[in-house]
Amino acid sequence: MSDAKQLEAKKDRGVLRIDEQECKGCGLCIEACPPRVIALSESLNHYGYRTAVYLGSGCTGCGICFMACPEPGAITVLRLVNAVPTLSAKNPERMGQPATASDSHPFRDSAAEKDGATQSGLKEAAACASN
Amino acid sequence: MRKQLMKGNEAVVKSAILAGCRGFYGYPITPASEIAEAAAEWMPRAGGVYVQAESEVAAINMLYGAAAAGVRAMTSSSGPGISLMQEGISYMAGAELPCVIADITRGGPGLGNIAAEQGDYHQVVKGGGHGNYRTIVLAPHSVQEMADMTALAFDLADRYRNPVVLLADGFIGQMMEPVAFPQAATAPHLPDWAVAGTAESRSNLIVSIHLDSDDLEKHERALEAKYKAAEQHEARAEEWCAADAEIVLVGYGIVGRILKAVTAEARAAGLKVGVLRPITLYPFPVVQFQRLAFGARVFLVVEMSNGQLLEDVKLALNGSRPVEFFSRVGGNVPSHQEVLALVHELARREGLTRAAAEQERMAHV
Amino acid sequence: MSEEKQAELAESAVLDGPAQPAPGGPAAEYEVAQGRAKAFYERFDRKEELQHQTHYCPGCGHGVVHKMLARAIDELGVQNRTIVVGPVGCAVFTYYYFDVGNVQAAHGRAPAVATAVKRAHPASVVISYQGDGDLSAIGSAEILHSANRGENITVIFVNNAVYSMTGGQAAPTTLLGQKTTTTPDGRNAASEGYPLHVCELLSTLKAPVYIERVGLGDNKQLAQSARAIKRALENQVRGLGFSLIEVLSPCPTIWKMTPVEAQHWVRDAMEKEFPLGVFCDRTKERLERMTAAPAEPKARPSLDELPRLLGVAEEELPEGNVGQIPQGQQVDVQVRIAGFGGQGVLLLGEVLAEAGLDAGLEVSWLPSYGPEMRSGTSNCHVRLSRQAIDSPLVAAPSVLVAMNEPSLRKFDRSVRTGGWVIYNGDAFPADCVRDGVMVLAAPFTRLADELGDKRAANMIMLGALLEIAGVLPQASIDAALRRLVKNPRWVELDERALGRGRELYRQSLVEV
Repeated sequence: MSDAKQLEAKKDRGVLRIDEQECKGCGLCIEACPPRVIALSESLNHYGYRTAVYLGSGCTGCGICFMACPEPGAITVLRLVNAVPTLSAKNPERMGQPATASDSHPFRDSAAEKDGATQSGLKEAAACASN
Repeated sequence: MRKQLMKGNEAVVKSAILAGCRGFYGYPITPASEIAEAAAEWMPRAGGVYVQAESEVAAINMLYGAAAAGVRAMTSSSGPGISLMQEGISYMAGAELPCVIADITRGGPGLGNIAAEQGDYHQVVKGGGHGNYRTIVLAPHSVQEMADMTALAFDLADRYRNPVVLLADGFIGQMMEPVAFPQAATAPHLPDWAVAGTAESRSNLIVSIHLDSDDLEKHERALEAKYKAAEQHEARAEEWCAADAEIVLVGYGIVGRILKAVTAEARAAGLKVGVLRPITLYPFPVVQFQRLAFGARVFLVVEMSNGQLLEDVKLALNGSRPVEFFSRVGGNVPSHQEVLALVHELARREGLTRAAAEQERMAHV
Repeated sequence: MSEEKQAELAESAVLDGPAQPAPGGPAAEYEVAQGRAKAFYERFDRKEELQHQTHYCPGCGHGVVHKMLARAIDELGVQNRTIVVGPVGCAVFTYYYFDVGNVQAAHGRAPAVATAVKRAHPASVVISYQGDGDLSAIGSAEILHSANRGENITVIFVNNAVYSMTGGQAAPTTLLGQKTTTTPDGRNAASEGYPLHVCELLSTLKAPVYIERVGLGDNKQLAQSARAIKRALENQVRGLGFSLIEVLSPCPTIWKMTPVEAQHWVRDAMEKEFPLGVFCDRTKERLERMTAAPAEPKARPSLDELPRLLGVAEEELPEGNVGQIPQGQQVDVQVRIAGFGGQGVLLLGEVLAEAGLDAGLEVSWLPSYGPEMRSGTSNCHVRLSRQAIDSPLVAAPSVLVAMNEPSLRKFDRSVRTGGWVIYNGDAFPADCVRDGVMVLAAPFTRLADELGDKRAANMIMLGALLEIAGVLPQASIDAALRRLVKNPRWVELDERALGRGRELYRQSLVEV
């Protein structure tokens, strides 16, 4: 996969895995994605859908695409943990710890918010979700 | 065994609790409200649940929920309310959920009146709801039977995972007779198919939908097999002076009691009269009818409805014997005098009177 | 996707990902942050085909709501305790997806089903998942009353303004002007009424703890929906009561829009009719109340206690005065008692039957259940016998007790030859006199008045009846009276009344 190579280069905080057999190509994730890193495939899947594909870089790991997607497991969002000094510096108590259940809430990732996610939709979402 | 005077309606509730019933979901309707009232009084004290629902529709669906959760549960109603419950009864049969429904009948159709009638026969015995299902129907004729058959109803409901109807009328529900109860209570038991909100029951599913035709056919065949088994094992009837009966009187519930009184008088007049009282209306006691048909000249069906029981008797006898019919409806009860008159008329027609007189004469000689 | 596969992916991301960690520094790792919730089955085995994806159309809101719900179940750690009650509608197959206890309900009845499930298992977490046809039309009574009872359940109400499963008919929530297959020219308020606002309606009730309307119209709305759904579930876990979340949800197929257009329509059109927000929130006060007065666990009597608790324990039943009636004595007392409501007709019969049982007889007591009930009259049938009683209906009484003239005229012809009529009146109507039927007529009400209360007239008549029947031992009468009449003052009065009745009967014999 070239995904990995790109990750290595950019050290994105997130990466997407899309199960093209589960995806029905509705496009809601594309609409929802703040950094606009998802697109529809040119090719059709087994069921005749054009499916969502990750463009390969730029994922912030915010998870909004996951919640916008109507399929239980079509999208998997992977997030970088405890590797990037800037992240851990902002969140020292998280260093070296695995993601917890509450961490995995799509709109609770305060790191993503603070780390300069510029899409206003994301900011709003995160703001109203943090409680 | 010491007995106590009790109304049939109260006996139902106390027997139900002793049988492990811990849920009552109902809606008031005369003449079944006394059951709900007794349940409201006793069910919570026994650690059970009583809910007065917003309608019979809600009540039967609460029963669906309670049964799905593995609780022995019951409701009570009467004609119009049972009509409203039919949807839920069909769902429960489809989802194979046990429950007990006490139908204390009243006069109808429509609003009718609150007097005793037996016009609910078709809607409970033949299944007033949609689809290929049956309900097991028990018809007590005394307060003791109200108690005993409530317990039996729960056992049958569990054994066949199917709704069971206790079909009685205002007479049986409201009258007081001496009654005795089992002195050991049955422990509530959680069936392994129940959805109970536990790790063990997490994979359980209560559903009546089967989208695929073959799948649904298989399901319906399985239901049929259950009903066939019930027909084989659960048909019950009381035979009263019937062994040598030439005229067999047929009736259930309060009519059964009247027919016993008629029999006593007819026997005193030298007529060989007996009673065949169906106790289960479904499964219908076909075998007993066929057996009595050997010695009987004629069957007389007496009911407080318009020939609903009559149809099943005719089917059971399958033309082997003539079947006569007498009914009163609207809340009127066949008096034993009018039935007795009919019995004498039948005896004359069948030439049994002379035989009886001869027999009597010989006895005196 | 299986967990293994997820783990594999995560692992590959690590392996192929960032370069080797710096010496002493933490390793760069990718972990699954958002993936299939555990509350979903890994494969949808209950589905006929395509078991790796839902049956919903592309862009359908149900899948999104399912994911929020599944996530909430995961986060609250209640998967084993959760029971989803599925509706009739597109979400009929919730049990394909949720790896929890599942009960599928009839159309609109999920709240009734959920009510009983929750009450059967209070520790369970019960979710009633419903669409707008299911909840706001056919199930409007069930949702209203479960909310009003404050059932401790969570209702997820997915509103897409149309009946989708059946092909796009109008729903109570259909917007004005919205075209459906049953409003081909658009919904017209004049004939179809206005969109039904469920949250607003239910929030007028005192019982619900939390009611909120959310939408799936954009990212912000999505975030709020997820939060609200979790909160509604959390309320139940904390035992706070009824919570309902209405989710404005897209139906691209029926609306004939692309999924993205449908999402925008939720925000741009639906939200205008159905404003988002919290309509009722009593979370805080409920929590405070619960902290102040925690609910007592319900007492459950032991099985051994039950017969006694129900009053049917044999050892607690009276022994009675069996054996006092001479062996050879025939007993066949058939009594009809008739009068107006309040004249003590039923009690008179009850005392008679209770005394008969006490004396070891077979007895039956049957209140009238005929059309005459409508006129306020009441009557009952009592039989006492040595033998099992065939019919409890007394067609030809051996004694008729008539509390008034209409009752007399109703039943006097039925009295058997050799029988008695006990009549409450100054003079026995001449046209009711019959050969072979004996009469005891007296102003019993006045006599009772003289004893202290006119309501004791029934007991004076019973006294006369007992003399006529002549079978029941006095001890049984006393026992019956004490069992049925709790007030000692009344027992004393009734005893005097019975005595007066016996005396009256004996006097009448002397007169004859």
